[in-house]
Amino acid sequence: MTTLPRSTDTATTSEATVTERPTPEHVTIGRRTGKRPNMLWMRVRRSWQLYLLLALPMGYCLIFLYWPMYGLQLAFKDFNIVKGITASPWAGTKYLSQFFNSYLFWPVLRNTLVLNLYGLLALFPLPIILAVMMNHVRSSKFRKSVQLITYAPHFISVVVLVGIVIMLLSPVTGVINIPIRALTGDGIDFLGPSMFAHTFVWSGAWQNLGYSAIIYLAALAGIDPELHEAARVDGAGMWRRIWHIDLPGIMPVMITLLILNMGQMLSVGFEKVLLMQNSLNTGVSEVIDTYSYKVAFAGQLPQYSYATAIGLFKSVISLILILLANWLARRVAKQGLF
Amino acid sequence: MRTKRTAEDRGFHIVNTSVLILFTAMVLYPLIFVLSASFSSAQAIANQEVYLWPVGFTLDAYQTVLESPRLISGFANSVLYTVAGASIGTVLTMLAGYALSREDLPFRRILMFFFVIPTLVSAGIVPTYIVVRQLGLLDTRWAIILPTAMSVFNVIITRTFYQMNVPREMLEAGRIDGANDLQFFWRVAIPLSKPIIAVNLLFYGLGQWNGWFSAFLYTNNMGIAPIQLVLRELLAESQVNPAMIGGGDVTEILKKRELFDKLKYAMIVVAMLPPLIAYPFVQKHFVKGALIGSLK
Repeated sequence: MTTLPRSTDTATTSEATVTERPTPEHVTIGRRTGKRPNMLWMRVRRSWQLYLLLALPMGYCLIFLYWPMYGLQLAFKDFNIVKGITASPWAGTKYLSQFFNSYLFWPVLRNTLVLNLYGLLALFPLPIILAVMMNHVRSSKFRKSVQLITYAPHFISVVVLVGIVIMLLSPVTGVINIPIRALTGDGIDFLGPSMFAHTFVWSGAWQNLGYSAIIYLAALAGIDPELHEAARVDGAGMWRRIWHIDLPGIMPVMITLLILNMGQMLSVGFEKVLLMQNSLNTGVSEVIDTYSYKVAFAGQLPQYSYATAIGLFKSVISLILILLANWLARRVAKQGLF
Repeated sequence: MRTKRTAEDRGFHIVNTSVLILFTAMVLYPLIFVLSASFSSAQAIANQEVYLWPVGFTLDAYQTVLESPRLISGFANSVLYTVAGASIGTVLTMLAGYALSREDLPFRRILMFFFVIPTLVSAGIVPTYIVVRQLGLLDTRWAIILPTAMSVFNVIITRTFYQMNVPREMLEAGRIDGANDLQFFWRVAIPLSKPIIAVNLLFYGLGQWNGWFSAFLYTNNMGIAPIQLVLRELLAESQVNPAMIGGGDVTEILKKRELFDKLKYAMIVVAMLPPLIAYPFVQKHFVKGALIGSLK
């Protein structure tokens, strides 16, 4: 009973994996090659157990990921808490234009981009350098200790990270400010408007540099050691070997990660910004996410519709950026995210 | 020629090792400082005598933590959320990851899109908040666990794991032995999945232990707050709140005011230590997870 359907089944799946297209094609392929049109339906019925496995996770997605998407229409409605989402009256693009015309629109957009670009420029090359350095350490014990320690901050929470930042960099009591005060006579307010971006980016470096190097270390491990050996015999020094062997070897990974990072341009660690914000630095620390959050929850009156409109603006731009980045990654590095 | 070359290499190695030692020290220093400060006497901290090692060793900050019901309940809540979140997330992820890894699953590509689309189009905070409220989950423990229970990223990792480790031949062999899909999943795929189960448990467990925002957004009830939220409230307060550290008379509170900074250090240690202690033992799983994730 099982043998015959299974062989036809594998035939169709191999066809399906070649074309890898959803339903209509399956059906036409079936018809063209003279198979019964209800082939697909039979396969669906035979796979009911797989769908059973999928039921719970899909239910989860529907409730917690798709249902909120339905709420995105609030951006175009005057949300009335009593009437609910569906019955609230339409408001057109009122809230979107309210955001575009807001005096905060440009500052918020600028802050978002500044934090992102600064982070990208500062933090993109460093894990590569770190990985190359670790890769050329001779003693594996030393390398393992460096890895163990530098990966560690990745595992602490944002709250703890910001707590450490607040405590150690405090202008009055912070330990980092003791030598600074001794030298310059005045402590630095690392969370103040002039230092906020630096503190934000470099505390991120402290937390994630080591962990970000993992992927490059793996790529470096894939480079044939004989290349290095041959170059050494030809008289190439360390720097030249790094430049001509290591870097070209990890170039595809570098390009892919760079492009995919650029797709995330409008998302800056929302929780971290929120935790690092204080009344003095909002001029430089207010980003799209935190602004939307405050409009919805921190004000006297919750402006859900306006907050949703701001969030929608970010989601749409982000989606475009991700799709662009993915397209670019496919073209340039022949490796997309999906 | 040969001596020159080795001299350059030796120079590189000296520089390389020194820079790495320096960098490692910079990463380590804040962690050591926080730990030392939490063990130092309150005066030593107030006078800024602590640089690296504890000055005037004392455990009273930790004693205060242990005596404060809120800090204790925060810790207990976090343990609960970590265990529950790791279990729920892992079960959901294994189910989805396995089913999606099957090449013979009809509509597989559409289903895959179904899972990936939410990572591309985020609904944002407000619509999610409204859903959580409509479900009646506000101010309940479920609001802290469920909204972030499953991550599509982990589903993709798990799917990739099964594609690499449970080949189709195995499935065909299982079918010849008369196993249906559920039996095959339970008797063959799951026993082969120990590494990916570990990765999932660790990712979800870490996420729950380190999470604070769900609790911050969805509850006003500090009784169910996880430790990270308790710590956040503590850090946000510049003045001692007697209720936070457990009542007492005025002199007690004044004495506790001195303790306050120390208490923050101690709380930071308590909040960050469990992952840091666990991590060296499970490091390889995290590295593996990070790598499978990048392979995709």
